[in-house]
Amino acid sequence: MTILTAVLILVGLSTVFGLILGYASVRFKVDGDPLADKVDSLLPQTQCGQCTFPGCRPYAEAIAKGEAPINQCPPGGETTMLALADLLDVEPLALNEEDIKESDMPEVAIIVEEDCIGCTLCIQACPVDAIVGAAKMMHTVIESECTGCELCLPPCPVDCIIMKPLDTTIDNWKWKQPVATEKTYPIIPIALESEAK
Amino acid sequence: MITLNPSNKIAETRKLGTFHGGVHPPFHKDDSNKPAIKFAGIPKQLVLPLRQQLGSDAEPCVTVGENVYKGQLIAHLNHHEGALSANIHAPTSGTVSAISDHAIPHPSGLQANCIIIDTDGKDELSPELPCKPIGDYKTIPQNNLLERIQQAGIVGLGGAAFPTAVKLAGSQNSKIKTLIINGAECEPYITCDDRLMREKSAEIISGIKIVLHLINAEECLIGIEDNKPEAIEAMRLATVNETHIEVISIPTIYPSGGEKQLIKILTGKEVPSGGLPSELGLLSQNVATAFSIYQAVIEGQPLISRIITVTGNGVLHPQNFEVLIGTSFAYLAEQAGGTTKMADHLIMGGPMMGFALEDDNIPIVKATNCALFTSSTALRESNPAFSSQATMPCIRCGKCMDVCPANLLPQQLYWHIRAKDLEKAQQHNLKDCIDCGCCSYVCPSHIPLVDYYRFAKIELREQRIAQEKADISRERHEFLLYRKERDKRERDEKRAAHKAQLQAKKAALAKKKAESGDTTETAKDTSKADAIKAAVARAKEKKVAREKEPPKGSERKRSAVRKNNKKDNES
Repeated sequence: MTILTAVLILVGLSTVFGLILGYASVRFKVDGDPLADKVDSLLPQTQCGQCTFPGCRPYAEAIAKGEAPINQCPPGGETTMLALADLLDVEPLALNEEDIKESDMPEVAIIVEEDCIGCTLCIQACPVDAIVGAAKMMHTVIESECTGCELCLPPCPVDCIIMKPLDTTIDNWKWKQPVATEKTYPIIPIALESEAK
Repeated sequence: MITLNPSNKIAETRKLGTFHGGVHPPFHKDDSNKPAIKFAGIPKQLVLPLRQQLGSDAEPCVTVGENVYKGQLIAHLNHHEGALSANIHAPTSGTVSAISDHAIPHPSGLQANCIIIDTDGKDELSPELPCKPIGDYKTIPQNNLLERIQQAGIVGLGGAAFPTAVKLAGSQNSKIKTLIINGAECEPYITCDDRLMREKSAEIISGIKIVLHLINAEECLIGIEDNKPEAIEAMRLATVNETHIEVISIPTIYPSGGEKQLIKILTGKEVPSGGLPSELGLLSQNVATAFSIYQAVIEGQPLISRIITVTGNGVLHPQNFEVLIGTSFAYLAEQAGGTTKMADHLIMGGPMMGFALEDDNIPIVKATNCALFTSSTALRESNPAFSSQATMPCIRCGKCMDVCPANLLPQQLYWHIRAKDLEKAQQHNLKDCIDCGCCSYVCPSHIPLVDYYRFAKIELREQRIAQEKADISRERHEFLLYRKERDKRERDEKRAAHKAQLQAKKAALAKKKAESGDTTETAKDTSKADAIKAAVARAKEKKVAREKEPPKGSERKRSAVRKNNKKDNES
C-alpha cells in the first residue's frame, strides 16, 4: 500500500512537472540560434564573402554549428578571431598568411566617375546598398556606408572602381602602440631626487 | 597684511580631504611667475582651427577675401544634434586670406581646416558688436545669459576646452549646491592661472558670481595650491566681502588640479567611476574660464585671447602673455626673447600631460595654456617618454600603483595592453585613467606607461566605432535581403494577380457566350469539331493508303538499280 502511494505521488509529481516543462518549452521557445546571434555580432559585417560563406550571418551560423573554423574572416583580422575564440572558449587559430593586411586603415570603394558607364551592376552587387545611381547615370559610393568588401569590383565591366584606404584625419588618428625597446642591460640604480625632497 | 573675513577663517580650519597617490615633480613655477602678464601683440597672420576641442568643426561664416573686424563671428557652432563645438571670433581686424588645411596643435601633427586671417594691425572693433556688454546680469533671464556665454564661444580653459555653455546648461537641470573653481594649477612650469589670479582677482570673482547666479548654487570653493601664496592672498582680498565664496589653500601635490582630485580635496567626496560631479551637486570651472565669462558678460568681449605661459629653458625670458587665439608658437617664442640653444622640444601644455609639437609654425588654440620650449634633459626629469635611456623591463615594484591618483593598477594595465588584451585593461577601469603621468614619472624602468594607456583608450574607441559601423552594416544588409525578398514577393503576387485576371476574363467571356445562348456559336463549335474530325479522318485514310501502295520514289530507285545492273552485264 505504502509503495503504491509513493509510486502514485511520484507519478503525479512527474506529470505536473512534465506539464510545466512542456508548457515552458512552448511558451519560452527561443527562435533562432542565440549562439549564432552572438557570433554574428562579433563579425565585422562587411558581407564580403571572403570566408566562403555568402555573408556574415551564414558564416556565424556555420561557426555556431561548429562547421567552420574561426579564422576565416580577413576583414575582422586577429581582433575578431580572438573575440570569437573567447566567446566559444576554443583555442585561437593563426590567420591565413595572405589575409594579414599591412595597413589597418579601413578601405572604401571609390568609383572613378569619368569611366562609369552607368550599368548598375555594382549596385546589385553591393551588400549594404552603399552605391547610388541609376541606369546610364553615373554611380557613386556612399563612403560612410561602404564596408570595403570589394564585391563591387568583379562585376564592373569597365574596371572603374578602385579601393582606397581612408585618409588619416584628426578624427580617426590613433596613438601608435609604444614599441617595447627593452634591452638586457645591467640594471643601473636610478635616484629619484624629487621624491627625496 | 590682510584682514580675514569670517568665512576665510573657517577656510583656515576647514578639514581638507586627500586623494590617493600623487607626486612632487620639480615644479619650475618661479621660472615664469615673476613678470606681469604682457600683451603678446598682433602677429602678421592668425590661424584659427575650426575645431578647437573634441567634437565637431565649427562652420565658417566668412568667405576668403572678406574683411573682418575684431570680435566678429567668423565660424559659428555646429547646430547639428549632438555636435560639440563653439563659436570662433576674429581676434583682431584683417582679411581672411584662406580657409584651408593648416597644421594644428595635435599630437598627430596632422593638418585640419583653419581660417587664416592676415591682420592689418588696426585692431578695429566691429561697428555692430556681436556681444553688447550686459550691465546688470541679474536683471536678464538666465537663458539669455547662457546664450551670451555660448555666443562668446567660451570653452573650458583648463585644457579640455569643453564648451562652457553646454556644461552650464547641463548643470542647470541637476541641483548644483557647490561651485568648485579650479585654481590649483598643479602641472609643472605653468603659471598662467597664478598670474591671472594675482592680477585679475576682482574680475574672476565677478565671473564666479555670474556662474553662481546661473546655476543657483549656494556656495563656491576656490582651490589654490599653497605654492602660489600671492594668488591666494589676492583672491582672499577680492572675496573679503563675499560670505559664500571661499578661497582654500590646498597642499601642493600633482595632480591636485584634476577635476576629481580637486573635488576630493575640497569636499572629501569622491566622484564615482564613470560618474559626473553634478551627481554630487558639484560643478567645476577653471579660474580662466570664470575670467572669460566675466569678459563676455560684463565687457561684451568674446573669447579671442587667453593667458599663456611661455616658459622652459628654451626661451630667454619665460613669462606669461595675453595671446590672441591663432598666434603661432614661433611668434610667442620671439616675444619671450627668442629661443636658446637648449630648445630641443616644444610642448603644448605641461611636461606631464602635454604633447610634443614637431613644428613651431602651429597656432595656439583656446585649449593652449602653456608653450614649453625645453631641453631634453629638463623634460626627462618629469617625463620618461622623452628619455634617451632605454626602457627596462617592468620589475613589478608597484610604485606606479602607489602614486596613481585614480586608484588604478598601472602595472596590470601595462601588462594587459602590452599583450593587446584590451578587454582586461577595460576591466581594470582604464577609462578612469586621467593621463596624469604620475606612473611614468616614478617608473624606475622608464616605461612610458601613459603612452600605453593613450594607445589603448584610442584603440578601444576605434573598436567601439567599428562595432557601431558593423551594426549599421548589418541592419543595411538585412534590409537589403528583406527588400529583395519583398520585391520578389511583390513581383510574384503581381504575376499571379495578372494570371488570375486573364483567367477571369476568359471565364467571363465564356460565361457571356453561354448566357446569351448563342446557338450559332455552339453550332460553329460543333462544325469546327466536325471539321477537325473529318480532317483527322482524311489524314488517317491517306496514311493507310500510303502504306498499302509502295511509294513511287523507292520504285524508281529500284528500277534505276536494275538498269545499272543491266548496263554492267552488257559491258
